[in-house]
Amino acid sequence: MDRRIPSSSQTVGPFFTIGLKHLIDRTVELDYAGADVIEIRGRVLDRDGSPVPDAMLEFWNAGDTGGDAMVGSREHGIPDGFRRVTTNLEGSFAVRIAKPVSTTGEVGEQAPHLMVLVFARGLQRHLISRVYLEGERGNDHDPVLLGVPAERRSTLIAKVYGTESYLWDVILQGDNETVFFAW
Amino acid sequence: MSELPTVEPPIAGTQPEYHFPPYVSSIARSPRMPLVMLPKTRTEIIGPVFGPGLIRAHDNDLTAQHEGEPVGERIYVHGRVLDEDGRPVRGALVEVWQANAAGRYRHKMDGHDAPLDPNFSGAGRMLTDENGHYHFKTIKPGPYPWGNHHNAWRPAHIHFSLFGAGMLSRLVTQMYFPGDPLQPLDPIFNSIPDEAARMRLVSSLDMQHAKPDYALAYMFHVVLRGRDETPFEERR
Repeated sequence: MDRRIPSSSQTVGPFFTIGLKHLIDRTVELDYAGADVIEIRGRVLDRDGSPVPDAMLEFWNAGDTGGDAMVGSREHGIPDGFRRVTTNLEGSFAVRIAKPVSTTGEVGEQAPHLMVLVFARGLQRHLISRVYLEGERGNDHDPVLLGVPAERRSTLIAKVYGTESYLWDVILQGDNETVFFAW
Repeated sequence: MSELPTVEPPIAGTQPEYHFPPYVSSIARSPRMPLVMLPKTRTEIIGPVFGPGLIRAHDNDLTAQHEGEPVGERIYVHGRVLDEDGRPVRGALVEVWQANAAGRYRHKMDGHDAPLDPNFSGAGRMLTDENGHYHFKTIKPGPYPWGNHHNAWRPAHIHFSLFGAGMLSRLVTQMYFPGDPLQPLDPIFNSIPDEAARMRLVSSLDMQHAKPDYALAYMFHVVLRGRDETPFEERR
């Protein structure tokens, strides 16, 4: 089998909503019959604490969503486990997505979490992060969180804000910089 | 605790660094703390599968989304989406967006003094077929100035966003055109250290797929990370 080198990444640039907003427009119409839903809201901030008004976040819940996490239905085509949002002029975002559950696999039991991809002008490759939920029992034993330096783990844990509602900021650089993973 | 399998780093020079000062926007937005090794768990290996319900008529014909025809040079763009083993990635969602022939984006933040085209939105999307093929028809985008440095101009390009077998295959990139003299001057293009990797983002003129007396064609193949680690899931 001939090996291929993966294509190089390039920035999403400032005008990505032209091509990528359609998934956002359509996901707000979706209902979540049967699934528990959480909301995560927060801000994307740069080195200077300035809001990043042109970022896009993709959230991925690979676990059991009550519906179908992976496969989009024929009608709307968007899986329950995937949501795309953008920041506004204040750098704020809000995402509603099926609540993650703990999962067991070859790496042991993982606490409920979402994979997060961050895209923006200035980022030549997207950033990969994870968000966990404050108060979940499995957080202390999660094999991925335990692989993060202890003093930085809190950057991956969204704070309880209300009922099924959480706060989580993405700090691209500087004090309290969010943990991003190598890929 | 057992040792977690981690994601392999990219082959040296084939991916841009986050911090690349010639691209000024990268300076305040790129992380400085060490990146943490990413474990390869189910979360990373699988990914969303988008259904055909996402695609509408004319989504892969950017010249047919309005009443009239857009101004500019009509072109066909096509290629294959492959994994690292050269296998086709089937049912992959490909999203594209671009400036019009005058180098202007239909976006409220684009202040370039060039005309908008009422017949061109500049957005398209498609799913790859059983052989990993995608194709669309559009207008060749124009180069445009930007604020990175004095007299900075972006070479003509089309933005691509792709989903593969899993979230680790996710890729956003740009397709360039052969022989564009602005490429050697562009910090975004040149943020990729390896020349061969850079040149793989340049499409090739494809006379075999050109339509005589009508439109030229460009071919652009994309390789996504991963090697089909999960069986392809049938779309419903």
